[in-house]
Amino acid sequence: MLGYLIRRILAAIPVMGVVALFVFLLLRLTPGDPAAILAGDNATPEQLDRIRTSLGLNEPIYIQFYTWVAKLLHGDLGVSLISNKPILEMIGPRLEPSISVALATIILSILVAVPLGVIAAWKHGTWIDRCVMGLSVLGFSVPVFVIGYVLIQVFAIDLRWVPVQGFKSISAGFGPFFERIILPTCTLSFIYVALIARMTRASMLDVLGEDYVRTARAKGIGETGVLLRHALRNAAVPVITVIGSGFALLISGVVVTESVFNLPGIGRLTVDAVLARDYPVIQAMILLTSGIYVGVNLLIDVAYTLLDPRIRY
Amino acid sequence: MTATNSSNVILDINNLVVGLGRKADAHRIIDYLSLQVHEGETLCLVGESGSGKSVTSLTVMGLQQKGMLVPSGGSVKLVGEELLTASDRRLRQLRATRMAMIFQEPMTALNPVVPVGRQIDEVLRAHTDLDARARRQKILAMMEHVRLPDVQRIFSSYPHRLSGGQRQRIMIAMALVLEPKLLIADEPTTALDVTTQKQILALIRDLQRDHGTAVLFITHDMGVVAEIADRVAVMRHGRLVEAGPLQDVLRTPKMEYTRNLLSAVPSLVPRAPRPETTEPVVLEANELSKVYRERSLYGKAREVAAASNVTLTLRKGRTLGIVGESGSGKSTVARCIVRLIDPTSGGVRLAGREISDLSRRLLQPHRQKIQIIFQDPYRSLNPRVTVGESIAEGPINYGMPRKDALARARELLELVHLPPDAISRYPHQFSGGQRQRIAIARALALDPDVLVADEAVSALDVSVQAQVLDLLDEIQRRLGIALLFITHDLRVAAQICDDVAVMQHGRVVEQGPAAEVLTNPQQAYTRALLDAAPGRGWDFANFRPVSEGVVATA
Repeated sequence: MLGYLIRRILAAIPVMGVVALFVFLLLRLTPGDPAAILAGDNATPEQLDRIRTSLGLNEPIYIQFYTWVAKLLHGDLGVSLISNKPILEMIGPRLEPSISVALATIILSILVAVPLGVIAAWKHGTWIDRCVMGLSVLGFSVPVFVIGYVLIQVFAIDLRWVPVQGFKSISAGFGPFFERIILPTCTLSFIYVALIARMTRASMLDVLGEDYVRTARAKGIGETGVLLRHALRNAAVPVITVIGSGFALLISGVVVTESVFNLPGIGRLTVDAVLARDYPVIQAMILLTSGIYVGVNLLIDVAYTLLDPRIRY
Repeated sequence: MTATNSSNVILDINNLVVGLGRKADAHRIIDYLSLQVHEGETLCLVGESGSGKSVTSLTVMGLQQKGMLVPSGGSVKLVGEELLTASDRRLRQLRATRMAMIFQEPMTALNPVVPVGRQIDEVLRAHTDLDARARRQKILAMMEHVRLPDVQRIFSSYPHRLSGGQRQRIMIAMALVLEPKLLIADEPTTALDVTTQKQILALIRDLQRDHGTAVLFITHDMGVVAEIADRVAVMRHGRLVEAGPLQDVLRTPKMEYTRNLLSAVPSLVPRAPRPETTEPVVLEANELSKVYRERSLYGKAREVAAASNVTLTLRKGRTLGIVGESGSGKSTVARCIVRLIDPTSGGVRLAGREISDLSRRLLQPHRQKIQIIFQDPYRSLNPRVTVGESIAEGPINYGMPRKDALARARELLELVHLPPDAISRYPHQFSGGQRQRIAIARALALDPDVLVADEAVSALDVSVQAQVLDLLDEIQRRLGIALLFITHDLRVAAQICDDVAVMQHGRVVEQGPAAEVLTNPQQAYTRALLDAAPGRGWDFANFRPVSEGVVATA
């Protein structure tokens, strides 16, 4: 098992290498002088020179790549062109809101979607099943920002249960933290719930027709035991796959949600960087999200082997 | 064992009706069925597919598809207690404690993600108050009782680590651990090899004798019936055709249907050998080998020899059988010969031309000389293409004008005894036996010299199987085609083959005329195979034990 884990981590290195190369070339291969792109339209020749030297643009391209990667590995993501602050310092304080909302979304979605999917499959063809599937279609079709504004209107403005927007760190107490992330979490959860519930239902329907489910019933086990111990664990692999690939959806969702709820997270940072053409920050954000995505997929693969003993490692 | 005293009736089914759906005029799957199983008795419920035997067993257990199959009349009593009106809760209590069931497919009947010991443990946790230690002891004892080796290891093994026979033993242990009064066995040995089947049948019989369990044994195989039954009940279209003690039903069947069913069972005694011919050799396999390499990036490569040094010769108009158990390599050999897979070494000569090393392109003109029929007629025909198109596709590929190819398809359908209008219909509109006829017509469309039949009648009911075998025989006589017949069923081999090759672990262990190999085997493995063939003592078609037949003809 440990050997498998190490092999998988080693296999992730070339993937990250390709991502790094792409991110590096993004700037170099854009038409025109990178320094001119970085400095903007009104830069003076002195400014351009300064940028060229600071980025090492006078060196051959492979040396540039080497020094860039070496810096990366030392945790140096470069300096923002706009604020002139090291990017690592800019990202640091913005991780908490984003990670809080993302984790809360995953947990909430699984807690809601898996039972919904299981019940829909169990009560296959009844009104319960049709309701769950109807909700799921709704979750897919309504854009994230629409859900966000509707939730704000109802729960923050009309009912005044929670603040409209903003973020409080968990170090300031759980209450204020919770009431500020609950709406963004719910917003983001909609599409994720729809996705997971659909997959859980389909996968459970397959499994419920299997011979070993009939065996379990023939043993005289109660329905709950049949559904959870025998069916759900076998149905889990495709569900886990969807949770993993849905993570890409989540990353893009975080960007929109943070804008709607004015959360100071990395999504907002990315949007601001794109609007300001702050290339080093954009590069850092691509690297970061790719790294997270690769990491999540690694976790998913490990989860497969834990769930299904037939998957060999 | 055949006591009919009403006090020891364990299962009493009386005028049971099961309909398809809830409507009053619903199609009846079970139509006024009555039968009884007594303590310590094995009742074999026999019938062809669709006769309702499995529905009967599932209805007793309360496991029939709810809403689809609805018991609408009659009664099912287990030791006097009515089951049809019992609550779900009560049925759950009765399952595994009073009545238990084992199924056909041991490969899929166990949960793949739970160790087998825990799967048996679930029964005890659901129905007893024993503590963990006592449960474990009871399970290990039961596992030894069903003659599993190394029970400590198997206890914590996952199902995929166990063989089919071992899995079926686990199922039996699970079913019998609480000593139920009634065991329902639904085709429990059908998916197993004959040698394993023999052991499992012996196990069920011994356990039954020790515990006095009543067994309702469902099977389509008359051989198995002869091995295990005390009494036999024959079902057809959801109705009971006849029931009685084993000897009575096998010797003096009262109903026409039972007679036909028994007559269709191929005899294990080989048919009279046909005279040797000097016809030309159409197919030769020479030292044919197929090795699979399991490549692994980190570990050592593992080699598995699926077939090694197989040498076969087949003459025009003759039938060569390859027999063996699953994994013996018989299908691998067939596929290498047809070049569906490429042999690792050795040669295949088709009509005098070496084809084993031809490229796909150069092979193309030779393909039409050798054609193959597969086991499962439900999956070997493209469901979205009409029967006529399926048959005509081959000749069209070889340049025959479409109109001529379709005319040829019509002739071929007639040859395999299907109506000419079948040409514009789709595969799902035909039964299994008819589909296999279509598959045969498709193979014949190219006028092959050699027809390879890979378990071509294994998925069919005996009566249909007999018809398809007759058809193959007729076609061989009319067209002089050579048949390479792959089968695990020695009865079928005895009735259709001139020569047989017995395979084990990828090698041919014995080869020769069928009449010699199957009556006077030289190798221990062939003897073991013949010995394990269920019902080998019975000559079903003549309604008598084989020994009496020998005396009569002597």
